[in-house]
Amino acid sequence: MTTATDVRSAAKAEVKNLNFHYGAFHALKGINMPVHEKKVTALIGPSGCGKSTLLRCFNRMHDLYPGNRYDGKILLHPDNTNLLDDDVDPIEVRMRISMVFQKPNPFPKSIYENVAYGLRVRGEKRRSVIDERVEQALRGAALWDEVKNRLDELGANLSGGQQQRLCIARALATDPEIILFDEPTSALDPIATASIEELVTELKDKVTILIVTHNMQQAARVSDYTAYMYMGELVEFGLTDQIFIKPQKKETEDYITGRFG
Amino acid sequence: MNQQDIQAIRAIIARHKRWDMLFGLLGLLALMVGVLTLTVLFADMAIKGAARIDYDFLTNFPSRRAGSAGILSAWVGTILVMLVTAFSAVPLGVAAGIYLEEYAPKNWVTDIIEINVTNLAGVPSIVYGLLALGLFVYKFGFGQSILSAGLTLGLLILPVVIVATRESIRAIPQMVREGAYACGATTWQTVRDHIVPYSSAGILTGVIIGMARAIGETAPIITIGALTFIAFLPPAPVTDVFPFINFEWLTAPFTVMPIQMFNWTSRPEAAFQVNAAAAGFILVFMTLAMNGVAIWLRYRLRRNIKW
Repeated sequence: MTTATDVRSAAKAEVKNLNFHYGAFHALKGINMPVHEKKVTALIGPSGCGKSTLLRCFNRMHDLYPGNRYDGKILLHPDNTNLLDDDVDPIEVRMRISMVFQKPNPFPKSIYENVAYGLRVRGEKRRSVIDERVEQALRGAALWDEVKNRLDELGANLSGGQQQRLCIARALATDPEIILFDEPTSALDPIATASIEELVTELKDKVTILIVTHNMQQAARVSDYTAYMYMGELVEFGLTDQIFIKPQKKETEDYITGRFG
Repeated sequence: MNQQDIQAIRAIIARHKRWDMLFGLLGLLALMVGVLTLTVLFADMAIKGAARIDYDFLTNFPSRRAGSAGILSAWVGTILVMLVTAFSAVPLGVAAGIYLEEYAPKNWVTDIIEINVTNLAGVPSIVYGLLALGLFVYKFGFGQSILSAGLTLGLLILPVVIVATRESIRAIPQMVREGAYACGATTWQTVRDHIVPYSSAGILTGVIIGMARAIGETAPIITIGALTFIAFLPPAPVTDVFPFINFEWLTAPFTVMPIQMFNWTSRPEAAFQVNAAAAGFILVFMTLAMNGVAIWLRYRLRRNIKW
């Protein structure tokens, strides 16, 4: 088992005493956990436990809607920036941390433009740079061979699994420090799901990954660390093997074994 | 289930189905009232006016003799007024709609503004005419010109454009917006790169519906004092000397199609009634042509948009 000091030294981000309110609803209660560099961390728990809410704190998605309040810190290493600080622009946060959504959400633009969008937002104009990064990202998302001859076609013409890989390419193109996955396979068939899972496992050599999943087998298959959440609280966090084989808490065990949830 | 029960169920279904049929017939009848009335009106106008619709009718100025009177100044006036209307209402309406949907904080002030925008759409057009007479014609000194008329109609259709803009923006799924923001886009980048392109088909349809309403408006135009008899054209917007464009036409006096029609229908001679019918046919044709363009553009713009 990893010791406490190992955890600190390898952390890409640390959630510190995070509370989150949707209006009057206390959605996250005193969350503390690390996110390890170049590892996959899975957030699991029953519907409504706050796992997606926690994920969306990492790129300040909640700032898009009124009445939301953060309390506490998410420190991004090595520079120790508190992502939730009022002085930190959510746009800066989203430029460092990208996201893949539950349902594939390509823009109604060409495959090329979908992947290039993050670069365009950053003001990149050099065609050669964009070309190169688009190819790199599509290769990284294991989509290049399928689309290299039709980059001008609409992203929406791809299959569901391909669309999701396109969204992964879009998230990869800007060299993010962390990629957030919000139940990325819940709208996909088993074959597409397998390809996304394989991709997630490959990507962790390059980037830190935080993934929310409904599917415990998926968490067991792809993640190195797992956090089990219930009712807005973090019940247990640890190495995935340990959580699944020898959970410390009774609640975790009940959920993992299917007695609850 | 025994035979008796099956019979009972069949009887119930048959009784319920009679209501289906009855409503189907009633609905068809209701539809026919509208469609047939319009068709008869349009056909009547076309048959009455057909004899007068020729090249001369389109290229002659109005005249005291019905046989040589034409609608040149009226249709040119209508097109120029519509140009001003479009160029004033579209930027204002689209900007207001985008602001309300993407920028405005959701609070009671915004709610009140929203309700009032909807109310504005219901204000009688003559009221816009009175407002324009005081504001554009006298206060701003634009006079009884194409500019005044265009701005008046622009104001009139502004709520239609705002509502259409907002509705087509709302049709964009939230996850597309979130996708853009997650890439690090600012609100303006999201609006420019996504919101406007994806909603343009709907906005355009709204604009053209608004224009189709404006093209037939008579009351506000009469209020600001359009001439009913006008035997010259405004200066051409395009010239042969640099910079090839001039704006003198904006301040020119003018007339428009519905006013020309109104003028002719108030004459006692039957021949002028025929002229009015012919002009009416052409006005309806202009409206239908605009709607046709709207449908075509919507189809083209939506072809590439799938969610």
